[in-house]
Amino acid sequence: MASAAHTITKAEATAHPPAEAVVVRFAGDSGDGMQLTGGQFTLSTALAGNDLATFPDFPAEIRAPQGTLFGVSAFQINFGSTAIETAGDAPDVLVAMNPAALKTNVDALKPGGLIIADEGEFGDRNLAKAKYDANPLDDGSLAKWQLMKLDISALTLEAVKPFGLGKKEALRCKNMWTLGLALWMFDRDRQPIVDWLKAKFAKLPDIAEANIAALNAGHAYGETAELAGPMQKVSIAAAPTEPGLYRTVTGAESISLGLVAGAQLAGLKLFFGGYPITPASAILHHLARLKEFGVTTFQAEDEIAAICASIGASYAGQLGITSSSGPGIALKTEAMGLAIMTELPLVIVNSQRGGPSTGLPTKTEQSDLYQAVYGRNGDAPLPVIAARSPADAFDCAIEAVRIATTYMTPVMLLTDGYIANAAEPWKVPDMAGYAPFPVSFMTDAPGEGEAFMPYARDEKLARPWAIPGTPGLMHRIGGIEKAEGTGNIDYAPENHARMTEIRRDKILGVDVPDQDIEVGEAGGRLAIVGWGSTYGPILQAVRRARAKGLDVSHIHIRHIWPLPKNMAVLLRSFEHIIVPEMNTGQLKTLLRDQYLVDAKPLNKVSGQPFMIAEIEAAIEKALA
Amino acid sequence: MNDMTPIVTAPKDWETDQEVRWCPGCGDYAILKAVQRTMPEIGGTPANTVFVSGIGCSSRFPYYMETYGFHTIHGRAPAFATGIKLANPELDVWLVTGDGDGLSIGGNHTMHVLRRNLDTQILLFNNEIYGLTKGQYSPTSREGTRSPSTPFGSVDHPARPCAFALGSGGRFVARAYDVSKQLPDVLKAAHAHKGAAFIEIFQNCIVYNADVFAEFTDKKNASSHQLWLTDGEPMLFEKGAKGIALDREALQLKVVDVVDGDWQGAGVIVHDVKNRAVAHMLVEMRFGPFPMALGVLYDDPHPTFESAVVAQNRELSEGKTPDLQALVSKGQTWMVEKEPRTE
Repeated sequence: MASAAHTITKAEATAHPPAEAVVVRFAGDSGDGMQLTGGQFTLSTALAGNDLATFPDFPAEIRAPQGTLFGVSAFQINFGSTAIETAGDAPDVLVAMNPAALKTNVDALKPGGLIIADEGEFGDRNLAKAKYDANPLDDGSLAKWQLMKLDISALTLEAVKPFGLGKKEALRCKNMWTLGLALWMFDRDRQPIVDWLKAKFAKLPDIAEANIAALNAGHAYGETAELAGPMQKVSIAAAPTEPGLYRTVTGAESISLGLVAGAQLAGLKLFFGGYPITPASAILHHLARLKEFGVTTFQAEDEIAAICASIGASYAGQLGITSSSGPGIALKTEAMGLAIMTELPLVIVNSQRGGPSTGLPTKTEQSDLYQAVYGRNGDAPLPVIAARSPADAFDCAIEAVRIATTYMTPVMLLTDGYIANAAEPWKVPDMAGYAPFPVSFMTDAPGEGEAFMPYARDEKLARPWAIPGTPGLMHRIGGIEKAEGTGNIDYAPENHARMTEIRRDKILGVDVPDQDIEVGEAGGRLAIVGWGSTYGPILQAVRRARAKGLDVSHIHIRHIWPLPKNMAVLLRSFEHIIVPEMNTGQLKTLLRDQYLVDAKPLNKVSGQPFMIAEIEAAIEKALA
Repeated sequence: MNDMTPIVTAPKDWETDQEVRWCPGCGDYAILKAVQRTMPEIGGTPANTVFVSGIGCSSRFPYYMETYGFHTIHGRAPAFATGIKLANPELDVWLVTGDGDGLSIGGNHTMHVLRRNLDTQILLFNNEIYGLTKGQYSPTSREGTRSPSTPFGSVDHPARPCAFALGSGGRFVARAYDVSKQLPDVLKAAHAHKGAAFIEIFQNCIVYNADVFAEFTDKKNASSHQLWLTDGEPMLFEKGAKGIALDREALQLKVVDVVDGDWQGAGVIVHDVKNRAVAHMLVEMRFGPFPMALGVLYDDPHPTFESAVVAQNRELSEGKTPDLQALVSKGQTWMVEKEPRTE
């Protein structure tokens, strides 16, 4: 049934020597289970010791009409024997479960790359839905790639026949057949997937067995089809890694874990107020299961109620946390102002997505930096921290809790859809290595004739945290300007000026570690300055450019506000500065404003992460 | 902390040193006094009491109560109260809001705090006007209200706070007015109710909407236009000369004359605070043809939100040790014994 439509020539083959890393993209209809296939392939890859990065790319529609171009769901994984920082530029292998998946993904495939297509789905109806005039599997239009067409649907139906499933249910096993084939191609162990299927379908043993049969059939198919030509078994050695215990982690998981860890280190119970929104909901889902860690989750009636309840919980002595994505963060803005005014600890997690408005709910962007740093009425400063990767998000979450509780301030933690959904291997942290930062509530009532001063300040300019229920410390707070010290309502001009300065200085005084250099020197011809999830492609691009002898360094900023104290000196020690961002130049503007440096933007706003090659090209152009 | 030993207080123990900033003659003063008088009687402890408010004239209330107080943002007080109560269910949480704050910008939160049944007292000061913003019509203003924003009269239909509260699933709905002697009793009943207790307090805004409730609050009108409800007592007004009965054919309430005190003979209904169907009729009773129903209209407790949250948190934590190291090590893990590439 399998046939090679095109066999690459020797010249083509030598142009692409066996890579240290391979990029595979699974693409299919949103009902085909591609995210599940990708997730399980990721797990088996991690277990094989490869380093990896993934990029789930799925439509906003839950079940878009079958076979349509906008209903395509894809999952890309880059894995290899060297350090992997991105989900990979161009795939080496594309698994296309229908014509729409082929059409929307094939142009990304490397020349000479392998297409595995389910030809059973390439009937007239599906071709029409994907707006193909002729069947691309037959008309030679895919000649620059290797093509392996298989009737995966028929092969799956055959494999699961003994289990007597209906056709619809039987076809649902297609993704496992495909996964079986992929596991064979990359020499992966099937057992973890078999165990997972048995656990997942514990109550439906027939379904479990049918899926396992499909998985095995796909694997067996690879063994026999090897003879057919283009499908080659690829062996990727384990990547160099520090010894230790590893797991895969998505950003949503690591942020949740980091917030719990932060609360524990602070000695506080955690209150999470959330409202469903893509791609932030996953944090609410994770935390809802961690009640034994003193976590209360509250699904509020709207975004505003979610943050307000969290501020209420902080006021009453727990660690209030809220989370959302761009449009939801916009709704929370007024309440953030109140948290700034009342100087209560709060962590706001923004899983950024394409904007403005509803924008691109399932696609990634970094376009909320202005919103985070500037986006409130009044002079309303708050610290902003940006996570660079799923694993990094854990430490960022702890850092956000530390700053919020140490300085009595709301803190914004920026992540994005890419980090939230993507998985990467994570060396399990040793929690004993994290220093606790216990919070102490104010409990000492003032002496006779003295008044409690809720807006008195410590050396960090933080005010006392006196929670309801404490005798002798009754006081009133609110959004109206406060008199220094007493916290009484005070509209006096000089008081407002002083309080505005105190709020500013408190945040500017947050102890932020000095900025370090990821790769390269603290000075030279060119600095690539990034933040957030552009970390992977920038790092790889800079490494490649340096390997070619180019004088370029990589600086990646975690503390967006306040910026590290050494940043001015650091930036001014470079002749050129390029700031790659998935927006139209927001960090660039911030750096220009703060340091009067000629930072040049490199922007991408397609809802897709940067490719290494795009940044590499910018480096070469700047240094030409 | 949270020392629940009842302490003896006097009304003045609940007063702050802050200068009260309402207009002279504002109905809010009377409500403040009533609340300060009620707190000692219910055995309140200032340190365990929190007043939470939104924005508007009514929302300045917390500044004048010697308790913990949080003057929050417009319309959102119920959400703050929810966080406070979930974080510490031992606190006695009071919500102060107005017709604009609670039913316009914050209508959504009012609905949900009632639906969830958070144990809190919700004092909605209804003056049928936006006072702090200088007199615009509000969601409870009557049709035709002339205001700076409706110079030719408002054209939209007013909201009915108690009908809204009951429709939102409220388990305690009451009515009173600022200067009524019975206000402390209504407050006490609200406090005694475990769960969200909603009180609409008609409040006279003497600057922008003076005397809008005079038709029933004026002394000369009180007897004929106020129906004070007491559980187990017949629904009588006008010194017992009139009562409320059920028109069994139309399935609606009607006013009947009571001759020689024979209310049974006139078919007057005996008030049952647990009767939700009658409560629905009482909150919809049109003023004019009917008197204004005041007092506790409905009171039928139900398990509270925070108790359910606490119970679930406890149940799911029982027997589990919060081990952070185990948590981060969860899922499918693998061990890298030694650097795989070292030769």
